[in-house]
Order: sequence, then C-alpha cells, then structure tokens
Amino acid sequence: MIERTQAPAFRQVENIELIKAESYSLDNGINLFSINAGSQDLVRIELIFNNVNWNPEKPLQAYVVNSMLVEGTRTLRSHEIAEEIDYYGAFLQTDYNYDQSIVTLYTLTKHLNSTLPVVKQILTDSVFPEEELATFKRNQKQKLSINLEKNDFLSRRIFNKALFGNTIYGFSSTSEDYDKLDRDQLVEYFNLAYRPGNCTIVVSGKVDEATISSINDHFGRDWDKGVSLHQNTFTIPVRSGSENYFEREGALQSAIRIGNLSINRNHPDFAALQVLNTVLGGYFGSRLMANIREDKGYTYGIGSALVSFKNMGYFFIASEVGADVCTSAVEEIKKEIDLLRTERISEGELSLVKNYMLGSFLGGLENAFSHADKFKNIYFSGLDYSYYSNYIETVKSITSDKLLELAQFYFNFDSFEKVIVGKK
Amino acid sequence: MVDFNRFVLSNGLKVLVHEDFTNPMAVVNVLYDVGARDEDPEKTGFAHLFEHLMFGGSINVPSYDEPLQRVGGENNAFTSNDITNYYITLPAANLETAFWLESDRMLSLAFSQKSLEVQKNVVSEEFKQRYLNQPYGDVWLKLRPLAYKEHPYRWATIGKELSHIEEATIGDVKGFFAKHYNPSNAILVVGGSVYTSQVKELAEKWFGSIPRGEKPIRNLPKEPVQLEARREVVTADVPLNAIYMAFHMPGRQDNGYYECDLISDILSRGNASRLYMSLVKEQKLFSEISAYITSSSDPGLFVIEGKLTEGIDPQLAEAAIWNEIDILKNELIPERELTKVKNKVESTMVFAEMSLLDKAMNLAFFELMGNAAELNNETQKYLLVTQQDLQNVANKVFTKQNSSTLLYLAN
Repeated sequence: MIERTQAPAFRQVENIELIKAESYSLDNGINLFSINAGSQDLVRIELIFNNVNWNPEKPLQAYVVNSMLVEGTRTLRSHEIAEEIDYYGAFLQTDYNYDQSIVTLYTLTKHLNSTLPVVKQILTDSVFPEEELATFKRNQKQKLSINLEKNDFLSRRIFNKALFGNTIYGFSSTSEDYDKLDRDQLVEYFNLAYRPGNCTIVVSGKVDEATISSINDHFGRDWDKGVSLHQNTFTIPVRSGSENYFEREGALQSAIRIGNLSINRNHPDFAALQVLNTVLGGYFGSRLMANIREDKGYTYGIGSALVSFKNMGYFFIASEVGADVCTSAVEEIKKEIDLLRTERISEGELSLVKNYMLGSFLGGLENAFSHADKFKNIYFSGLDYSYYSNYIETVKSITSDKLLELAQFYFNFDSFEKVIVGKK
Repeated sequence: MVDFNRFVLSNGLKVLVHEDFTNPMAVVNVLYDVGARDEDPEKTGFAHLFEHLMFGGSINVPSYDEPLQRVGGENNAFTSNDITNYYITLPAANLETAFWLESDRMLSLAFSQKSLEVQKNVVSEEFKQRYLNQPYGDVWLKLRPLAYKEHPYRWATIGKELSHIEEATIGDVKGFFAKHYNPSNAILVVGGSVYTSQVKELAEKWFGSIPRGEKPIRNLPKEPVQLEARREVVTADVPLNAIYMAFHMPGRQDNGYYECDLISDILSRGNASRLYMSLVKEQKLFSEISAYITSSSDPGLFVIEGKLTEGIDPQLAEAAIWNEIDILKNELIPERELTKVKNKVESTMVFAEMSLLDKAMNLAFFELMGNAAELNNETQKYLLVTQQDLQNVANKVFTKQNSSTLLYLAN
C-alpha cells in the first residue's frame, strides 16, 4: 500500500539559468539584443520606442500613433499592410503602455525577408490617412462607451487619477479627447518618436547571423535620425488616502481598487516587497484569496500586485465582490493589511511562498520569448542580470522579521487610495 | 511536430508522455470526459461548480493547492460544454507531488460541506461578474436556447440560472463524482523534462490502484434540423445596438468542420478580412465585427457578431451581413485569399509549439477524439480544403432557415 497521507519528498528550486541577451549595434547605432533559443524556425522582433515629449494638451498623440501605424503608408493602404503580413502567416502587433510604444512582428524565419519591408515601411512612412483617423475615432468612442459601463474599468480610471494626477499615468481618455485629436498631432509625434535614436530592438527565437543581418539591412540604414526629444519624467506627489465612491444603480457587484504609490524595480527593497505582496495577494493561496474567496465566498477573485514603471512603482489590491458584501470585503482587506503589520509570518507560510515564487520564476522561463521578456525588465530599468541573482537570493533568504518591518513601512491602510464602483 | 509515448493502465487510464527537455518544468494535464452537456437540465452549471470542488480537498489530502505551491507548482482548470480539464505546472524535480495530488482526488474527494457552501458563493459571484454585471454579458444565456432546442448545448457552462447553483447538494456532488471521475473516463498527459519510464513508474504507483469505474455512456438528444429562421429581440441598458447571428455547423470531427473554421478566418481574421474591410471600414455600419466557431464536439455554432455604429438601422446592418454571406455562397473564394488563411493556420500551429502546456492540452484533447497522433496531421487537414469545398459548405450552413438572430438593442 502506498502512503497517501504523506507528501512525497521535494526540493526547493536550485539552479535557475537565464539565457542572456547578446548585444549588437546596427549600422546607424540602434541597439539590438538577441535571445537565441528554441527549435522552431521562427522569430519575434520587437521594436521598442520610448514615449517622449508628453504634452497634456495632446494626451492621445502617442497612443493613437502607435495604434494607427498599420493604417496606411504612402504606398500601402491599411488592408494592403494586413494582407502582406497575413499572407505569410505572420503577426504584426502594436502595443502601447505608459512608458513605451512597441511594434512586434512574429514570423516564420523563412518569411522574414517578405515581412520586414512592411514593418520598415510603417515605421518610416506612415501617413495616418484622414479617413482612417475618422473611422478610428468613431470606433474608439464606441468602445469607450461600452467600457464606461464596466465597474472594473471605471475603478481603474478613478484610481489612476487619484494616484497619479495629471501625468501620463493618471490620464484616462474621454470622448472629447478623441474629438480634439487631429492628423497634425499624429504626424508631429510620429516624426518625433519613431526614429533610430529612440529605438531599441529585441529579437528572440531561433536567431542566426542571417536574421541579424537582415534586420540591419532594414532598420540599420536609410532611416532619418530626426530631431532631439526629451524623455518623459514625472514627480508624483504622495497623496494621503482619499476615499472615492462611485455609485451605480442596480449594480450586482462592486469593483474595489485600493493601493498607493510605491517603489519600482530600481529600489533595493523591490524584491523583498514582492515577497510580501505574494503573501498578501500574489498567488492563488494568498491571504486575500484564502480569506475573501475561499473562506467567505465574497468574490470570484481577489489579488494584489506591485507594478514597476520607469518613473515610480505602485501597489494595488483589486477585486469585484457581491454588492451586498462590499463593506465586509473592504473590512477584511483592512484586517489582512493590519495583520501583516502586527504579526510575523509563520515559518510554514513563508517557506511555502518562497518555494512557490522560485518555482513560478522558473516556470516563467519557458521559451526564447520569456527569456527576452526577462531581459527587457532589467534593461529598461537600467539594471543588469545581477538583478535576478539578487532577486533569487532575496527570496531564498528573507526573514519574517524583515517582512514585518517592510509591512510597517510600505503598507498603511489609512493612507491607501480607496476606490469603490457599484454599491456598498 | 509534437512527439509522445502512450500506455494504458490496467484500470483504463490512458497516459501520454511528451518528453521536452528544453525547459526545466513539467506539466501534468488531466482531462475528464465530462462537460456541461452531461448535466441534468434541472441542475445546470454543475460540471463547472464541481470543477471548483475538486480543489476542496480529497480523501487523504485535506488541501490541494497548499502542498502544490509548497513545491513551486501552480495549477488551474476549466470546464467547457464538452470537457473538464485540470492542469499543473511545476519544477520537474518535484513531479511526484503532482501525481500524489491528482491521483488522490481521482480516488475520492473529501466531500466537505463547507467547501460546497463557499464554492456555491464563489461561482455565484463568477456568474454575476462574467454574465450579469457586464454590458452584453448575458448574450450566451440567450443565444444558446435560441439556437438549440433539444441538445444540452442549449445552456452555458455557468448554468441556466443562479438558482441551479444555489440548490446543489452534497448528494449531487457525490453522484457526479462517482459517475464521471474515474480512470476509464480520464486522460493523463505528462510533458516537459520527464522520461517515459519515470512517468510509467509514477503512474502505476499512484493511479494504478484506483478502481476502474465504468465509463459513462453518453446518450444525448440530437438537435433536430432547424426548419425556420429564429429571431429574438432584447433591449437592455447598453450603449450600442448589437447583432448576433448563429448558424448550426458540423461538430469537431464531422465533415465541413475545417471549412467552417477557414470561412470564419476569411470573414474576420485580421484587418484585411472581409467583414472588417467591408462593414467596418468601407460601409462604416459596424464599429466592431467578428466571426468565429464554437469548435464543439457535437454539432456547433458558426457565429457572426457585431456592434453597430450609432445611428445605423439594425435592418440595414443585418442585410449587409447577409450580403457578405451571399458573396461566399455565390462566388469562389480567390486562391490567394484561401492561401492566406491557410498560411495563418499553419504558422499558428508552429507558434503553439512554443508552449509546453498548450502541447499537453492538445495531446489530451486529440486523444479524447480518438488519437493524439492526429494533432500532427491537423495542419494538413486545413491545407487540403479547396475553394469549391468552402463554397459548398457555405451554401449548406448559411441559410435563413438555419439561422438564429439575436438583436440586442440599447434602451
């Protein structure tokens, strides 16, 4: 008979090996980083541009330029761009976040030389046709009108505004912002930001010399340097715990969002604070989940996260809970925060979280793309690979005393911004 | 190409092993051949509620999640109308922990009353969050019973109504477990940095002694052929009018399935697809539109859905969709356009091989359909489809009498 009540022996993760990026410089000076791994004949090429020259008068500029890069060049119309890429089974994606605008090509290596010219064209020759812009604005406004009906979406907007004020991080678009947007703003930003001097390329997959050389042929030359630009920098004043309640008639659930400004990846406490966050709300077995979902059944899900941006970081807890138990849920969240500040985490719980985090880190290194993502995290924070050895070391060695200290310093329920959308 | 080895335990449990030493993790995927279609019409949403209860402790192990997290693992599960699928990712060195946990809950659950009460609440909140408290969230609660009159696809996996979940009893839970959760009704796939010999040993050790149970015989009512167009109009507190059109189409293993999948790509995959170009960009009738298939085991649905541009008459928008459908029925799809969607299918399959979990899930699903090796022939089946095949299938599927249209209008 096997002993089913006894857990099998196990080991903490020991060896974690990252595939490090190799660095190249294209003819025009663009930094290219390559992660070569995997057996499938494919690559992902990311062209990453910093968001620059933030102008609160033209808040949608950077976002809309990024979205509309695929909407027409001097020689290719919108559907022709899609046709060219799709025909070769490739994927062309534009992504915008607060700090960066990104253009990503996924392609089988055999079609690299058929798809790269299209990418080059949209980066150097986009024209943002008036008719496409009108369609884009109309569709965006329609999407926005639907999103504004979602409690979760609303809570995010109110929270960002409360936390980040009039910065790029606090901005939420309105219908009027789209009305004020014109083609000149787009052309202006495109000419400024989509330039070699503001571009970093990260390529991952099965990358050989021919791939690098092909990328150099397309992006390493014949691309105007452009004028000088200034990086977005913000200093954000710390506010002190406002409560924002946005009532919605007939809501069955309420969206809760609670948190504060915090540190980012550059801060020496970041890894340790991630351990604390994991205990609180960073995994399925976290205290928030165990209490508010698995014990009380107030929600389908609750979690917390520490987010790192270029200029700062922030911490937040989010959930959607039954409207009738909203007040109780907020009280339980407060209890969990207070508990972290007053009682040491037990050795059993802490060792579980440590093992979980190490396993999860290892699991996050699945393929060339994930190794490239790990590289981007450090590179764009101005860090090197020692960040990860420090991270692993911190997770392995941190004590419950240190976590108690961190909780007292970083978590204070009263000073958190609190947002509730729905009913309470 | 996804390689694998296969063996069957004496209790009927099928085991597949995919050795992949490029990453240090292991994946353990257990598929149970039970979904929402197997539910009692008066107790819908139960297969999914049951999935939640599978995490509430088993006969010898009081907590499922905790010991797994302790060894650096993560897990989740999903329920569809056809299957229930559980999966674990963990460092390969700790593979045995996954066998211990999965086998114990296949042996027997703890059937905790507290877990049932809590998960009923959790699932009720899930019901609210995804289906009731979202604009257009209840569309599938309305569209399914419009399109299906007999087959259990007429309800969604979450269930017909909240009360079905609220009324579930521990007796229901025990009965469901006894009927569906046994080795002969499951497929185990292990992938990653693992050897087949090692998996064989672990499988024998942990699963070998679980009683075989009986594989339930599925005897579901067939959906009668639809004989006239169906239509429902609802008004709700939403900002925009929307149209949903559903057509009965072949099941996952029936003739015509691949054709329908390719037609949905022709219609709405990418910015050069037909519906997007014609109805969003040129005629500006919709702000978003998409076509997709439900990919179900029994005959499924081909769905076209779109949000209308403000001020556009729904009749006009609907007629414009039919116009695109008529083009599909009357004219051959040009060779280049067909090649385009085929190429996309082909590259999507290659990209999917980047993910260990995707590979394991696909193997399990193809094994359920009869043979996991068919996963590696899947692309070929798409490539064989001709222009004429597409036109034939379009003429069969896209008729008025086969359509169910739901107009979802803004108040």
